[in-house]
Parts: sequence; structure tokens; C-alpha cells
Amino acid sequence: MTLLSVDNLKTSYGPVNVLAGISFDVAPGETYALVGESGSGKTTVIRAIAGLAPAQEGSVKFDGQQIRGIPERSLRPLRKDMAMMFQDPVGSLSPRMTIGKLITEPYKIQGMRDRDLDAEAKRLLEMVNLPAHFANRYPYQLSGGQARRVGVARALALEPKLILADEPTAGLDVSVQGELLNLLNDLRERLGLAMVIITHNLSVVKHVADRMGIMYLGRLVEEGTTETIFESPRHPYTRCLLSANPEPDPDARLERIALKGEPPSLLNRPTGCEFRERCPFSQNICTNTPAWETSDGHGHRCLAPLT
Amino acid sequence: MTDVLLEIDNLSVDYETARGDLKALRNISFDVRKAEIVGIVGESGCGKSTLISSILRLIAPNTRFRSGEIRFDGSDLLKATEREMRALRGDEISIVFQDPMQTHNPVLSVGQQMIDIQHRSKAPKGEKREKAAQMLAAVGIPDPEARLDQFPHEFSGGMRQRIAIAMALMSEPNLLIADEPTTALDATLEVQIIERLQELQREMDCAILFISHHLGVIAELCDRVVVMYAGAVVESGDVRKIFHEPKHPYTRRLIECDPGHIKTRARILPTIPGEVPDLANIPDGCIFRDRCNQATERCMAHVPPLESVGEEHMAACWLNHEEVTA
Repeated sequence: MTLLSVDNLKTSYGPVNVLAGISFDVAPGETYALVGESGSGKTTVIRAIAGLAPAQEGSVKFDGQQIRGIPERSLRPLRKDMAMMFQDPVGSLSPRMTIGKLITEPYKIQGMRDRDLDAEAKRLLEMVNLPAHFANRYPYQLSGGQARRVGVARALALEPKLILADEPTAGLDVSVQGELLNLLNDLRERLGLAMVIITHNLSVVKHVADRMGIMYLGRLVEEGTTETIFESPRHPYTRCLLSANPEPDPDARLERIALKGEPPSLLNRPTGCEFRERCPFSQNICTNTPAWETSDGHGHRCLAPLT
Repeated sequence: MTDVLLEIDNLSVDYETARGDLKALRNISFDVRKAEIVGIVGESGCGKSTLISSILRLIAPNTRFRSGEIRFDGSDLLKATEREMRALRGDEISIVFQDPMQTHNPVLSVGQQMIDIQHRSKAPKGEKREKAAQMLAAVGIPDPEARLDQFPHEFSGGMRQRIAIAMALMSEPNLLIADEPTTALDATLEVQIIERLQELQREMDCAILFISHHLGVIAELCDRVVVMYAGAVVESGDVRKIFHEPKHPYTRRLIECDPGHIKTRARILPTIPGEVPDLANIPDGCIFRDRCNQATERCMAHVPPLESVGEEHMAACWLNHEEVTA
């Protein structure tokens, strides 16, 4: 069963093709992590899914319905089932609205006039472990962690089927990060919530994601279950990325695989394998263009995959 | 004593607010020696930013210094005039901020900005430009001469953060303050920045005060660590002591909470239940007592002093005292 199905999604801003064909599926109740270099297009993917960024080609099916390029008017009712958690926790909250107004705004937008908004605000604050009197506060009175939780409350107000979370724990300390991830996990278990989560924190991915996709220059270069990817990455970029994760132990001796050079310009994509100029394992055949190959649900885009 | 560069001695800082004084920093003491890297860890709101802004005296108007000294190279910065502070900032003490996307002026070329910050030097412009190119090369930006004419938006996030580091190091400061410089970057860039910082630190012999949430980065980069909780130092010492034999329950819990520390996959992550106390209304006793599962009556009534618990290791917890007397 598939809740979200993204197929060959492409986005260009003028001559810059930010997404060069992205395909992945998310099942109900599943957590899918998107990781990759800054600028590889992760945020554009989820914004394009939510209809907040343009996508010129490809398809996005949500609950079986094609939603790419449909007018805002048709998209709005679907937003009940698909919520976004934005990257900047304080910046995504209007500074002139109280927390109570902010977390019940989704009901107003969806025209649910029969709801008792005060009661809903109380329920939502309780759900994210914030005291009820926070309903009267303004965003500037919140800490980063509290603002994140307000973002969660807002995203969950309408009990969506899917959450698109862009760096939901960036800048949070480990304890608050744990609280937030546990809260999302609890909702996943109770409501069957599916999630697409973007994060730079590979330790978080390891613990919360069922499957993960690794992006490089606007394409997926590898995809599979989190366990498989961490245990036996096939694409050299994935291997470099995983080897970079710093360990909280001063005596840890990490075998880092250094990435050469800088990410290439999207205006001037390399020929052949787009990673080959930076790849520590590149070979002669890498001047050819690699196709997406998959076996047992583990896919990669590499002509000389690691074993 | 001669190798101490920065000495924070019993520093207490309040913010005057309508609700009363918010005690943002209370009796903070630690030092940074010449050419070492000291990490500061702690939750959001623990006073890390107040500490940095107090050192540089880039403070909000309602800030009040209640006690203590900030001695830099032997002289108390709290007694320095604004003019003296200006001479120090960006020269002897530099800072790299968290967000590489907002740290540069978007309408000036990188080269122009790098020439502008050499305003103290009497050197001709051509020389300044040459120095700017050298610094860009030093932080690993390829083709530095040509890239000086480019604008910040033409660089990636990781490059912009490296440019910020290059700019901070141009004056060859004795102290570099780095405020979560890798939070916005992915793991490969984070590692690049850390390695570059380590190299430059060795070359230039400057000390670094490194603030981060990321325990992995702290473990890898720092010589010594200061752990802060709710405006107080709860533990400080050698990085190995802190990670391998933490002597304060907060430090221990913080390390346990790091998902990087948990080897097998866990859907439920450990947390530290409870909230940070209200700093405008500080309870008696130990600041961590309400969230500590080992708190005793003594912890309720008396604030534990920050005392030596071993070589290069200090902690503020009564539990260590009981061990000693028992």
C-alpha cells in the first residue's frame, strides 16, 4: 500500500534544474528520511510535494490522487491530510498571533466552524507537552524548543496522514530533540502517521527512519531500508556521508573517507556519473551515465557500486 | 598562570525585566589557555549566548553585570572602555556566527568585505586583496583570486562558513569564538569545517571557544569542555574525563540522550524529563535538583560549589562530596 508516490519529479528555476527526476514511495505509518548535501534539493522535494514549490514534470500521487500542478483551490482540502513542519521554528509562526490562534488556524482555513477552538488549543498544547496558558503567549516569548513543539501542534491539528518535516530538530539540544522525536513516534503508532523527514543528523535517521533516500545534485543516488544503508552502503557518496558522522567519544578513531572538491554547479552538470569528479572510488567506466539499479528494495545509481 | 588567555572569574549577569531580574549567568568560572580548544555545551537557554556576548560586550541594554571579572590577557574586560573593546573585537578576539547564510553582506563582493575588515591596516589595497586571497586559499576555497569578485550568493553554505572563518582569522586573533558554526551544515561539510579549524588553530596558535549542541563535534575537536545548565557551570574539565567519567548527573544524562551514543536502533529515545527552572525565580539548592533522579535533601537546600573532583576536572554536585567523606 502506498500513501505518497513521487515519480520522476523535476523542478527547474530558469536554467537551473534543482530536481533532476526524483522517485520514491512512502507507505502509511512509514518514516522516510531524505539526507544529502546542503543544496542537493531536499527541501525543494518536500516543498514541491506540498505544492509550495513548482514542479514542471513528473507526478506526485497522494492517496491515489494526482496532485502535481493542480490549482490551489483543489489542493487546499488535501492539506488537511498532509502537513508541513518548516525549518525555522520561530520564523514560521506569525509574530502577531497568539499561540492559541496559531495552532487553531488550520481549523479556520479548512472552514471547520463547528469546532470549539479554545478546547482544541488546550488539547493540542497538552499533546505537545506545553502548559495550557501558553495559548495566550506570542512566538517571541518561546524558546526554540517550545516553538518547535508549537510547529508540531499546528501540523497535527487536523490529524494528517502525512507530515513533511524539514529539519525538525536542527538547533535543538539532545534532550528536547529526543522529546520531539518520541512525540512524533507516539503519533505514528497511534494515528498511523507517515513522515518524510529531512535531517543532517545521521544518528537521528538511524533511530527513527524505516527507509532512507540519499540525494546528490537533485537526484537520488541510493535508497533502501535504514539498516541496509548503514550496514552496507553501495554508493560511494553514501559511504563518505556516513563516515563523516562525528561520534560522541573523544577516543573514537574514525575511518573517514574524504570527499574531494566542491559540489559542481547545477548550471554545468558533469557528464557521466555526476559524482565521479569527487568520488574516491571512481573508475574509467564512470564517464558513462549510471542508471538506477535496484535489487531487494535497495537501489543505487552507480556503475562501480561498493560491496 | 602565564598560559591562561581568557579567565572568567565568578561572573554573574542579570537581565532586568518587568518580571524582575532574570539571572542568566550565576558565578561562572572557567579559563581558556593559549592555543587550546575549549567546548561549551548545554541546552538552549543555558546562558551560552549571554556568555559570548558578555565577553565581547555586545550586550542588550538591560544587561547588568552583577559580579566577577572577565580577564583577557590579564586585564579585566568589564573595566575596559567601549573604545578599548572596539580595538579588541575583530583583532584579538574574533567570532564566527551560527548561520553562514546571514553572516555576509549580500550586496558587496566577498573580496570587498575581506578588504574592508582590514581597516586597521595601513597597507595598500592591493596588498590587502592579496592577503584576502591567501586567507581564502587557507580555508580551502579553490581559485581564490577569481572568487574574490563573487558575491555571497554565489557560494554554497559550507563555503560561506569557511569564508566567515577566513575573515575571523585574518587579524590572527588570540581567541576565536565559534558559536555553533556547523549546526546549519551537513555531516561532510561539518567534518570539513572541524578539520580546517583544527589545522588553522595549530598553524596560528590561537585559542578557540567552541559552542555546540553536537556532542560528537565537541568530543572530536575540543581539549577541554565546560558543561552549562540554566546559567551555571555544572562541570568542566578534560574532554576524556567529561565523556568517560562524568561527575555531574546532568552531564551523564546529556551524554546518554545523544542518539549517536546509542548503538542499537531505538524507536524511543532517552530524554531528561522536566523543565529548566525559571531564571527569574530561582529555587534554593542545586539548580538541577528537580530533574535529577539522585537528588537528596542536601541538594534541596544548598547550592553545590564547583570543586575539583580530580586532575583537570571540576563538578558542582553534592554526590561527589559524599563519595569523598564515605
